[in-house]
Amino acid sequence: MKGKSLVSISDFSKEEILEIVKLAADFEANPNQPLLKGKVVASLFFEPSTRTRLSFETAINRLSGSVVGFTDSSSSSTTKGETLKDTIKMVSNYSDLIVMRHPLEGSARYASEQSDVPVINAGDGANQHPTQTLLDLYSIYKTQGTLENLNIFLVGDLKYGRTVHSLLIAMSLFNPIFNFISPDELKMPDEYKLFLDSKGIRYFEHSEFTDIISEADILYMTRVQRERFSDPIEYEKVKNVYVLRNSMLDNTKDNLRILHPLPRVNEIHTDVDDNPKAYYFTQAENGVYTRMAIMASILGLK
Amino acid sequence: MSKRKLKVSAIKNGTVIDHIPASNLFKVISILNLDKIKNQITFGTNLESQKLNHKAIIKVSDKFFEDEEINKIALVAPSAKLNIIRDYEVVEKKVVDIPDEVIGIVKCFNPKCITNNEPIITKFTVVSKEEIALKCHYCEKITSEDHLKIV
Repeated sequence: MKGKSLVSISDFSKEEILEIVKLAADFEANPNQPLLKGKVVASLFFEPSTRTRLSFETAINRLSGSVVGFTDSSSSSTTKGETLKDTIKMVSNYSDLIVMRHPLEGSARYASEQSDVPVINAGDGANQHPTQTLLDLYSIYKTQGTLENLNIFLVGDLKYGRTVHSLLIAMSLFNPIFNFISPDELKMPDEYKLFLDSKGIRYFEHSEFTDIISEADILYMTRVQRERFSDPIEYEKVKNVYVLRNSMLDNTKDNLRILHPLPRVNEIHTDVDDNPKAYYFTQAENGVYTRMAIMASILGLK
Repeated sequence: MSKRKLKVSAIKNGTVIDHIPASNLFKVISILNLDKIKNQITFGTNLESQKLNHKAIIKVSDKFFEDEEINKIALVAPSAKLNIIRDYEVVEKKVVDIPDEVIGIVKCFNPKCITNNEPIITKFTVVSKEEIALKCHYCEKITSEDHLKIV
């Protein structure tokens, strides 16, 4: 995948995904490899995202690369009215790789078409965040030993959550069973259910968060956000329904791991944090190794 | 018996685009840039039609469209029929095909799409031809027939 941009998770084949996952394991075993020495990575954050930016910058530093860029658009010439095209044209002359976060959807695809160097999408509005998906896949692979034939439970906001949509698309390459748990207002959109139907992948929808999770290999929690509800009463009704508590994990499988893209609010009670099945903090750490793997393979260094 | 009178007069050479839904006549004109060319053009709209409730018809003198060009109107006038006229005779009939890819022409309905915020030529893949659904190459959102707007 040398020289290839990573804009959308569907840009990578099953083989390429597995290659990244295995490479991430390699970087986790040997985190300090000066593969990016002498390389300049542009980190263009047109909107702030501390977690993603720090993860990328840590990955770049561990690979001995240099970072140039900005952390929000107020410190870029966007405020002077410069177009994205012009910013990208200029930065691609300075750097070997561009990492970009932008509030507008489709901005990353457009940037990749304008840039002479590969572009890694670090989130374009509500559209795609493929490095999050790849780190989720690495976390699943690492904890389950495989990506094949797993029972994946997705819980919370399944309507607007881009992480669950991308995860669904990517995991569908590995013959999973899906269980969706969400309030009616935030159900998985039809287009994704039709996609699963077309692939012959089984899925089940639930509105109650109960002991059905005893079947789960992966429990992927997301935040139910107040601003998604037109009626505040509806939010009040469901806000405490989709909360995971330690007591709910008693009858779950030993290999179950709980994932969450973070930040969490109250959807995972803090009493879960000490349970060995809680994996969300390690998941965030896995992001660094996954991003090392992505950058090294796109630059053809591994 | 008197000869049936044509509501829009005949042309000697050129193209007749018939069976355009009346409501989309001006979209067709704009897609084909007919408002910017110097050819003689006559059109009629809200004419009675058996197939469509109200149809429109355009007659463009001395203009012969490439398939690629004319297929652009399939999005707004899938039922359109073309008659190629030479010396007052119909020498060829054509129908329009919905293309697999739509470049320019249509506006992405997602206000947060980069194409609605910077000067970018839109690009879509046609994911459904029955009830037209276009997937934006950039933001990956679907623009359906109900939301279809011409750039």
